[in-house]
Amino acid sequence: MAPQLAITLVFFYWPAGQALYQSMLRQDPFGLRTKFVWFANFRKVLADPAYLNSIKVTVVFSLATAIVAMGVALLLAVMAEKAVRGKGLYRTLLIWPYAVAPAIAGMLWLFLFNPSIGSLAYLLRSLGIAWDPLLNGTHAMILLVSAAAWKQISYNFLFFVAGLQAVPKTLIEAAAMDGAGETKRFWTIVFPLLAPTTFFLLVVNTVYALFDTFGIVHAVTGGGPGKTTETLVYKVYNDGFVNLILGDSAAQSVILMAIVIALTAIQFRYVERKVHYG
Amino acid sequence: MKFFGFAAGVAATMTLLSTTSAFAVTQISWWHAMTGANAEVVDKISKDFNASQSDYELVPVFKGTYPETLNAGIAAFRAGQAPDILQVFDVGTGVMMAAEGAIKPVAEVMTGAGMTFDKSQYLPGIVGYYSKPDGTMLSFPYNSSSPILYYSKDIFQKAGLDVSSPPKTWNEVWEAAKKIKTSGAASCGYTSTWLTWIHLENFAAWNDVSWATQQNGLAGGDVELKINAPIFVNHFQALADLAKDGTFKYGGRTSEAKQIFLAGECGIFTESSGGLGDIVKSGMNYGIGQLPYDTDAKGAPQNTTPGGASLWVFGNKSDEQYKGVAAFFAYLSKTDVQEYLHQKSGYLPVTLAAYEATKKSGFYDKNPGRETPILQMTGKAPTDNSKGVRLPNLPQVRDIQNEELEKMLAGQQTAQQALDNAVTRGNAAIKEALEN
Repeated sequence: MAPQLAITLVFFYWPAGQALYQSMLRQDPFGLRTKFVWFANFRKVLADPAYLNSIKVTVVFSLATAIVAMGVALLLAVMAEKAVRGKGLYRTLLIWPYAVAPAIAGMLWLFLFNPSIGSLAYLLRSLGIAWDPLLNGTHAMILLVSAAAWKQISYNFLFFVAGLQAVPKTLIEAAAMDGAGETKRFWTIVFPLLAPTTFFLLVVNTVYALFDTFGIVHAVTGGGPGKTTETLVYKVYNDGFVNLILGDSAAQSVILMAIVIALTAIQFRYVERKVHYG
Repeated sequence: MKFFGFAAGVAATMTLLSTTSAFAVTQISWWHAMTGANAEVVDKISKDFNASQSDYELVPVFKGTYPETLNAGIAAFRAGQAPDILQVFDVGTGVMMAAEGAIKPVAEVMTGAGMTFDKSQYLPGIVGYYSKPDGTMLSFPYNSSSPILYYSKDIFQKAGLDVSSPPKTWNEVWEAAKKIKTSGAASCGYTSTWLTWIHLENFAAWNDVSWATQQNGLAGGDVELKINAPIFVNHFQALADLAKDGTFKYGGRTSEAKQIFLAGECGIFTESSGGLGDIVKSGMNYGIGQLPYDTDAKGAPQNTTPGGASLWVFGNKSDEQYKGVAAFFAYLSKTDVQEYLHQKSGYLPVTLAAYEATKKSGFYDKNPGRETPILQMTGKAPTDNSKGVRLPNLPQVRDIQNEELEKMLAGQQTAQQALDNAVTRGNAAIKEALEN
């Protein structure tokens, strides 16, 4: 058997199978009493308003994070391309935040926006904004998206810079000679030619927002206030490891696995066809 | 309890022996969640215990936060690798109690080793909480705390309040908080950590009202929450009203509000007695008062309930290991050990003798306020409403309560709606946990 196959079996199929089995059990935390309940956990989870809420939260959070992270990165990349001197320095500085662990990034933003000691919170308050991420769900979401997007901007920036360098200068110069302005050149030439990069980043950013942001949610809001920032991944953790309802938690992670498989299939089958690989 | 009779000289000799002896020493593992100064206490106690005898070696292992430690213990049990002793926080007590096949009651551990567990030697409020309804002691209370009131004397002075008399009732707290806010002495009047523990669980016990049926869950599992009774609704509506203009400031679900108080933003603060260390360290001019009570309650003030953690012993270990655990618990009950633990960590002493000894030493005269949590917990014999609360899924129920209270404080619902929702959702969750 090929070693790759063995590794996949041990590190993917085995735990996935365990999760599938656990999702059909109802069990006390210590595993002393076990009952096989078929799909009862799934029915329960899908009928739970808190679960539907966390789907909504996840969609909002992932879209906002992907859009902000990619938008800002693209803007910075275009700007950095224009710089005549110190291009290398700009790039290095902009790539740095990628080296920061998600939980650390979360703590950083938490401190900046902490209602009592945060410097940015102080600034917001002096501007007359009643900044309170502890009780205001929208504020909490803004804080989370900022932290999650900030962390991903560097990565996106790197790819956009590379993508921009691959755009043939001759095309841009020809358009300029024909009298196309800077904005027009960007949207009609550069942006379409960046499509492969953008598509790739869209996949990466969505997966990042869905699965890699647990540390940020855990450090910044813990899912609160109320349940306004409880994403699907955070709910799996909370139900399984805090509330010790293992069956529900396993059922949720199986659903999550199905979502990932579906998402990947859709993206590669339908979206990729529309991408122009120049 | 012959064990207590070791002379200091013998202990010193034993130290030399235990470091050199290679013959069968039984290792006792103890997983704990203590950090900072409290972790030093764990290490010192373990070292001293090992030095005091040569049959057992206690090995303390830090396993992370309270929930992480509990999870580590559960996962280890499922894998057949459970430690001998596991420190479990108050909220996890119900989880452990529901796992009868996994644990061995402390009372049995002691009698099995030929020792007796004399409950009358221990603080009654604490012992009651960690016992089964029939009185069998299940776990050993290691660190216990109780919520008290702290206030900033500087802010009180600025607001024109009496520095030497902290507010005794909630109404007095509301009035003082308003005065602090309107006089401009501070930007907020009052803040609190742990709303669920202080304003629901201890509020009920201190005012002698029911938190839930079945003696708040201590008498049986089939429990219904009672926290939407008028006394709770009025209390939380007052809190929600004060939150509107910032007279009350919310800090978060656990102990985050401590920052707000330490930053001098609020004048009055309710928090665990275990939080005293940080306040002392900050160097602020603080005062301590009893937890406020509600004047509408007839029996108030009754007694507060213990928070903190206790030590659980896992089942299916060898007799030799249980003897070692019993020896350790006996050592832990010694007056000088308890005195050290109490004075160093700020947690309550668990034996009456240690309390008396600390009192005699003049510690409370030098550190006023350190006695307050003990007096609160032991002032009156506990009633059915004040022995503590216990649910198989208390962490989940607290989460539900926090969510509803946060919505209330954000102005999205009234106190009545918040508590009604907390009861409905909480009861459903309890019922489901019982089916498991």
